[in-house]
Amino acid sequence: MSSTVTPAGTPAVDTEAIAAALEGITTKWITTPDGIPTVELPVERVHEALTRLKTNAEFEFCTLVTAIDHFPASPRFQVIWQLLSLARNQRVRVYARPSDDDAVVATCTDLWPGAAFSERECFDMFGIRFAGHVNLRRLLMPDGYDHHPLRKDFPHQGIQPDRLYREWDAERRGQWESEKDGGSQ
Amino acid sequence: MTTTHTFEYKPGEPPADARGEYDDDPIHGEVMQLNMGPQHPATHGVLQLQLELDGELMRNINAVVGFLHRGKEKTCESLGWAKFFPHTDRLDYVQPLMNNVGYALALEQLAGIEVPERGQVIRVLLMEVSRIASHLIYLGTTGIDLGAVTMFFNTFKEREKIYNVLDAYTGHRMNNTYVRIGGVYSDVDTSVEGMLREFLQQFEAQVDEFESLLTSNRIWYDRNRNVGVITQEQAMAWSLTGPNMRGTGIEWDLRKTQPYSGYEDYDFEVPVGTIGDCYDRYLVRVEEMRQSTKIALQALDRLADSRGADVLAEDRRYILPPRQLVQSSMEELIHQFKIVTDLRLPRGEAYFGIESSKGELGFLVASDGTSDPLRCHIRAPGLMNVQIIPLLAEGRLFSDMVALIGSLDFVMGEVDR
Repeated sequence: MSSTVTPAGTPAVDTEAIAAALEGITTKWITTPDGIPTVELPVERVHEALTRLKTNAEFEFCTLVTAIDHFPASPRFQVIWQLLSLARNQRVRVYARPSDDDAVVATCTDLWPGAAFSERECFDMFGIRFAGHVNLRRLLMPDGYDHHPLRKDFPHQGIQPDRLYREWDAERRGQWESEKDGGSQ
Repeated sequence: MTTTHTFEYKPGEPPADARGEYDDDPIHGEVMQLNMGPQHPATHGVLQLQLELDGELMRNINAVVGFLHRGKEKTCESLGWAKFFPHTDRLDYVQPLMNNVGYALALEQLAGIEVPERGQVIRVLLMEVSRIASHLIYLGTTGIDLGAVTMFFNTFKEREKIYNVLDAYTGHRMNNTYVRIGGVYSDVDTSVEGMLREFLQQFEAQVDEFESLLTSNRIWYDRNRNVGVITQEQAMAWSLTGPNMRGTGIEWDLRKTQPYSGYEDYDFEVPVGTIGDCYDRYLVRVEEMRQSTKIALQALDRLADSRGADVLAEDRRYILPPRQLVQSSMEELIHQFKIVTDLRLPRGEAYFGIESSKGELGFLVASDGTSDPLRCHIRAPGLMNVQIIPLLAEGRLFSDMVALIGSLDFVMGEVDR
C-alpha cells in the first residue's frame, strides 16, 4: 500500500463509486438511520459484488460479517457484510437474503482473510454456511453442540445446556469404574 | 488535520526466517503437542492456543476461543435496549465506560437523539481515562510476562488512582454503567474534577518513568523488536484496527477520520509506528497515553466553562425523567413506566464504530419497532487481534508467543462476548 494518509473529517456521502462498482447487478438501495450506504443484492451475486467493491471502489477492509434472523418471516436470514474504504473514508453495507431450506452464501475469505472468524461465528450462531470457507467450524460454542443459539426459535435459557458436560462426565466415570474393576482382579 | 508522529529509532531489519537458523538443533524434527491455556497466565484470559513445538519453534498454531462465551448478543435480545448497558461493561472489562459510550452512540444514531454539549465532554473525558487505564493494563501485564515485574506494580499503582476517581464519580471502581441513552447519568462533581486534574497533571511524568524503564531497555527491545511483524497489507486484510493497525504506519483513527462526541474540537495527534512489530505497538500505546492525557485535560477545561449545563438529553420517548419529577407528576410517572417496561426504538439498522483502546469497537443494532431488540451485533476488535496470532507466530520461537499475545492486547470478555 503506497498512501497511508487518510482524509480527516466526516465520512464521504457520495455513493457514485459504489453504484459504478455494482453496475449490472440488481441492487436495491436501502435508507438506514446511520446514513451508511446500504444495498440489498441477490444472494448468488454477492461474491461478485464484494469482489468489485474491493477492486473497483477501494473497499479494502472488511469490518464485519454477521446476520439477522427474521423468524418467522420468510426468507428468515439476512446476511450482512460491512466494508470500509480507508482511502475514501466511506463505509458500505451489503445485505443478502439466502433461502430458508439451504442457507448458503459464498465466503469472502478469499478477498479478506480476516473475515474467517466472523464467518465462523455467523455459522455457529445462525447455521448459515459459507461456501468455500476452508475451516467452517464452530467458533464460540463447543464442537458437537446441536443448536444455533442466535436463531429466534432458540430459547434464551438454552436447550439441554449441560448435555455435552454430562456425556463427558459419564464417559469419565465409566473409565474410572473399569479401571477400578481391572485393579481389583 | 492529522499529523504524523515520528519516533526516534531506525526501522529494524525484516525478521530472518527462524527455521534456517535452527537447522543444526539436535532435537529438531521431534514434534511436541502443546496446549497453551485456557488457564495460562500469559494468555491474558481464557484463550487456548494449540500448537506443535519443533524444538523451540512453533508450528500449526490454532487459536481456540469461546471459553468465556456468555451469549451477550442473545441476552440483549431478551433484556431490551436500556437494560443491556450493564452487560456492555462486561465485554472489555478493563474499559467499561468506553463500551457504554459505543453502545449508547449506536442507539442514539438509531433513535436520532442529540447529546447535550456537556454530556459529550464528560463522555470524552471518561473514554480517554478508560483508554489510559486500558493501556496501563497492557503495559503492566506485558511487562510482567516479559520479566519487567516493576512495570506491573507501577502501572497498577497509576490505574488505582484512576479507579479512585471513577469510584468517587460513579460509585463503582469497575463495571461503572454510567452512560445512558442521551448522555451520562449525572454531572461531574467539582471535587472529582479536582482529583482527576491532579492525577492527569502528574501522569505525564509517570509515563516518562515507564519509558525510562522500558524503551531503551536491552531486554525489552530484544524481546519485542522484529517480533510479530504485521505489514500494512496484512493489517488491512486481517481487519486489524487500533494500535495494532497504527503500529504498521497506517494513520487511521476514528477519532480523527469519523469524529464522534465532538472529538474534532480537541487538539491531539495520532501516533503511528513504522514496521508494525511488538515494539512499534508498545511505542504507539505509550504515546497514546500522553495524547489521551492531553485530551482529558482539554475536556476538564471545557467542563469548567460549562458548569450547570445539561448532561442528559430531554426526550421522554427514550430517556428517563428526573427522579423528583417522577415523584410529583403523573405524566412523568407514566413516561418512566413506559421507558422501563417498554422502550421502543425506531425500525431500522444502525452501526456505530468508536476508537476503543483495542481498535474499532462497533455496535450494529437492528430494531423492528417493538421493545424486543431484533439484533445487537458487537464488532469486537479483540476477536480480530486473536485471529492473526497463528499467522504471526508460525515458525517463530516459543518465547515470542508471550510477547506477541501481550502486544496484540485483547481481553477475552470482548472476544468471546
